Amino acid sequence: MTDPTTDTKTMTDSSTPAGPSGSHAPLTVPETPAREAVVTQAAPGISVTGLQAYYGSGHAIKDVSIEYAPNKVTAMIGPSGSGKSTVLRCINRMHEEIPGARAEGKVLLDDADIYGPSVDVVAVRRAIGMVFQKPNPFPTMSIFDNVAAGLKLNGVRGVDLKERVERSLRGASLWEEVKDRLNEPGIGLSGGQQQRLCIARTIAVEPQVILMDEPCSALDPIATLKIEELIDDLKQRFTIVIVTHNMQQAARVADTTAFFLAGELIEHAPTNDVFTNPSDSRTEEYVTGKFG
Amino acid sequence: MSATTALAPLTGRRKATDKAMRGLLAAATLVALVPLVLVIYYLLKKGLGAWSWDFFTTDPTGNFLGDQGGIKSALLGTIEMVLLASLIAIPIGWGVGLYLVEYGRKGRFAATVRYFVDVMTGVPSIVFGLFIYVTLVLGGWGGSSFAGWKGSIALALLMLPVVTRSAEVVLLLVPDGLREAALALGTPRWRVTMKVVLPTALPGLITGSLLAVARAAGETAPLLFTATIVNATTFNLGDRMNSLPVQIYTDVGSPNDQLVQRAWGAALTLVCLILLTTLVARLASRRSRL
Amino acid sequence: MAATTPDVRRDGRSILERSPSARRADPLFRATLIALAALILALIAFFFVYLINKAQPALSHQGVLSFLFTNDWNPSKQIFGAWPLVAGTLISAAIALVIGVPIAVATALFITELAPRKVRSPLIVLVELLAAVPSVVYGLWGIFVLIPKLKPAEQWFADSFDFLPFVGGHVAGPNYFIAGLILAIMILPIVSAISREVISTVPPDLKEASLALGATRWEMIRMAVLPYSRSGITGAAMLGLGRAIGETIAVTLVIGNSPTIGKQIFDQGYTLAAVIANEFGEAANDKLHAGALFAAGLVLFVLTLLINAAARGLVRRAERSSRPPTKVKAVPGAGA
Repeated sequence: MTDPTTDTKTMTDSSTPAGPSGSHAPLTVPETPAREAVVTQAAPGISVTGLQAYYGSGHAIKDVSIEYAPNKVTAMIGPSGSGKSTVLRCINRMHEEIPGARAEGKVLLDDADIYGPSVDVVAVRRAIGMVFQKPNPFPTMSIFDNVAAGLKLNGVRGVDLKERVERSLRGASLWEEVKDRLNEPGIGLSGGQQQRLCIARTIAVEPQVILMDEPCSALDPIATLKIEELIDDLKQRFTIVIVTHNMQQAARVADTTAFFLAGELIEHAPTNDVFTNPSDSRTEEYVTGKFG
Repeated sequence: MSATTALAPLTGRRKATDKAMRGLLAAATLVALVPLVLVIYYLLKKGLGAWSWDFFTTDPTGNFLGDQGGIKSALLGTIEMVLLASLIAIPIGWGVGLYLVEYGRKGRFAATVRYFVDVMTGVPSIVFGLFIYVTLVLGGWGGSSFAGWKGSIALALLMLPVVTRSAEVVLLLVPDGLREAALALGTPRWRVTMKVVLPTALPGLITGSLLAVARAAGETAPLLFTATIVNATTFNLGDRMNSLPVQIYTDVGSPNDQLVQRAWGAALTLVCLILLTTLVARLASRRSRL
Repeated sequence: MAATTPDVRRDGRSILERSPSARRADPLFRATLIALAALILALIAFFFVYLINKAQPALSHQGVLSFLFTNDWNPSKQIFGAWPLVAGTLISAAIALVIGVPIAVATALFITELAPRKVRSPLIVLVELLAAVPSVVYGLWGIFVLIPKLKPAEQWFADSFDFLPFVGGHVAGPNYFIAGLILAIMILPIVSAISREVISTVPPDLKEASLALGATRWEMIRMAVLPYSRSGITGAAMLGLGRAIGETIAVTLVIGNSPTIGKQIFDQGYTLAAVIANEFGEAANDKLHAGALFAAGLVLFVLTLLINAAARGLVRRAERSSRPPTKVKAVPGAGA
C-alpha cells in the first residue's frame, strides 16, 4: 500500500534553517495533498482535558488539554524537558509506573475516561499500545514469540497465533524479511528490523491507539524512512501519537503537530500551519531553530 | 570522561610502561593460579591412593586401631543436607531478590532489607552454626539433639544472602526496557515479573544458586555443632549426620596415618563434587543473554 | 470500505476494566515477596538477641571492655580477655588483603582487558576453581604441604629482612603469615570475580574514547577503567576482608591456635573464629566458657557488621563522585 505522497516526502536537510544568526528560509514543507489515507478500521480519538503530571513534588505537566483525532497522526514536538514524552506516557498510564510519579486529569478514549475510578491500568494498555525509543524485543523469545508475546503473556485464548503473527508482521512491513526465520531469536535482527518487530508486537494485541516515543531516534536514516512509511500505513487502522525531536520527521508523517514548552501545550495545528505559519512566537522560534 | 589530559607524544617511556604493566598483570594472573595447580596436584597425589570401591561404600569405623573404614556416611550426609538447604534457601533467596528489584528499588523497607542481606553475606559461617546451636539445639526446638536438618538450616542461612545477592544483581541486569515493553502490552505486573523478567534472568539465577550450593557443600563450621559427626550412614535427617567437611576436619587432627590418608581421599571427593556443581553452574551461565 | 465503529464495550463491561480475581493477583504477589523480605529482617534481629543472651554470663563476668582488650585468654582460670584473638583476626586478615587484593584486581584487569579472547574463558574458569576448594581442604593442604615447604623460605626471609617491622625471629610451623597467605588464596576468587564484573561494566565508549586519543592499553586502563571501577573494586576488597575475618576452619588448622599475640608475622596466633571451633567441645558444659565463646561470636558478628557498613558507605560515596549526573530515567518501579 504505497502512499501517493511518498515522492514529495524528500525533505533534505539543506532546507533546514541555518545557524544562530536568525535569518534563514522557513522550513519547506512539501505540498501535501490532503493525506486522506483510506480508513480501514475506525479508531477512537483521544481527548485530554486538564492533565497534570508530577514527578514526586515536581510539577512536570501543567494543565494540558489536547485532542488526538481518530485515524490521524499527531506529532508532539518541543525541546528536551518540554514534557512531550511525559504527556505521551500519561495517555497509556505508564507515567505512574515511575516511583513517586502521578497524574491527574481526564483522558477520554472515545467516551471512557481512562483515569476513571474503576479503570484498570492493565486494560488501558491493552487498548493503547506503545513503541519505545530503543527497540526492546524480548531476548529469550524468538521472532514469532516476540510478536505473540502480548497475547501469550496475557493468556489470551481463542486466537490463531500463527495467523495473528503473520498479520501483525505484514502490518509492520516485516513479514517478507523474516517469514523464513520466525524461530530465530528476536534480538538477532538489525536495529530497524527490531523496531518493526516491536511495532508488530504492539499491533498484535489489536490496540486502538499506538503511541510512539521517538521511535526512530536510535535508527539509521534508511530504517527511519521505512518506519515513517509504515506509520502512514498504520494510521488507516489506528490513531497514532508520535513524540519526536526531529521536526522534519513531524513534517513528513504528522497530520497535526503539537508544540510543547516547559510542560505546557503552546500550539496545536495542522502540521503545515505549525511550520509555515505558527500563531505563537515561541513556536516560531522553535521551528526556525532559535532554540531547542 | 573527566578532564582528559592531553597525552604526551608516544615516547619510548610510555611504551615501556605499557609493556611492563601488561607483563605485570599477566604475571600476577599466573601467580594467582599457582596455588590452584599445587592444591590439585597434592589432592591427586595423596588422595587418589585412598580411593577404592570400599572407600566409598563403607562407613567410618571409628576404631582406635586397625581398619578405619571409608567415607560413605560422610558423602551421603553431605548430599542430603545440602539438598535440603537448597530447597529452603533458593526459593526464598529468589523471592527476596525479586522483591528488591521489582518492587523495592526505592523506599525505606527495601533499603533496610537490602542492607541486612548485605550484612548477612558477611556473617562468618561459624556464627550461623552458633546461632542454630543456640536456638535449635540448646533451645530445644525440634528436640534438643544434634540433627541433620538443623545442619541444613545452618547451611540455608549461609546460602540465603548469597543467593539473594546474586539474584538481585542478575535481576537488575534485565533491562528496564523489557519491563516497560511488557507493561505497555497490558501485562499485569506479576506476570511481567514471572514471565518476562524471571525467564530472562533464569540462567544467571541458576548460576548464582549453584555457586551457593557449591559453597555450602564445603562448609565445615556450620555443621560442627548442629549435625556434628557420626559414623553410621543415616537417611534420617532428624539424627546426627555425618558430612565430608566435618569428617575431614576430624581426621586431619589425628596422628593416625590411615586417617590422614582418608582425609586426603575425602578432600578429593569433596572437591570433585563441588567442581561438578560449579561446572553445571558455568554451563548455565553460558545460556544467559544478559 | 465502511469504517467499523470502535467497540469499547465487551462482555457487558468496558474493556478498560478487569475481572476482580485478576486484579487480586498483583497485590497478593507483592505481599508474598514482602513477607519473604521481612523474614530476613526477623532473622537478623533474632540472631542478635540470642547471641547477646548467651554471651551475657561471660560478658558480665569479664566486663565488655575487658573482654575485648585484655591480653589474656585463659579459660582454665576463667579469664577471658579476647584481645589476642581480635589481634590475630586482624593481623591475618590484613596479610590476606595485602597479598590477595592486588593480585585479584590484577587478574581481573588482565582477564577483562588484556587477555586474548580465546584465553579469557579458561582463565575465568581457573580463577573460579580456586573458590571451589573448600576451606577444610585448604587447611589440610596448608598443614601438610604449605607449612613444611615454605618454612625454609620463611626462615630465610625472616633472617634477611629482620630490619622490617614484624619480621624476624624463629619461624613457627603454623603462623600468621601462612594463615594470611591461605586467606589471600581464599579471597582471591571473590575479589577477582566481583572486580571482573565491575570492570566489564565500564562503558566501551569510555574506553574507546581514550584509545582514540592515542592512549596505550595500560593508560586506557589507568584513565578509563580504574577510576570508573574504583568503588566496585573497593566493595570487592571489603567483601574479601569480611570473608577473611570470618574464616574459621582453614585458619584454625594453620595458625597454631596459640592465645598470645606474636611479635612477628611468623609467630603463632589465634583468631576469634578459631577459638570458637577449637574450644567448643570442652566448653559444652561450662556455661562461662561457652558464654565467652558466644561473646567471641558476637564480636565477630559486630566486626562483620561494621566492615559491611563501612564498605557500603565507601561505595556509595565513591559512586556519587565518580559517576557523572545522569538524566532521570523513566524506570518502571513499584508505582502501581
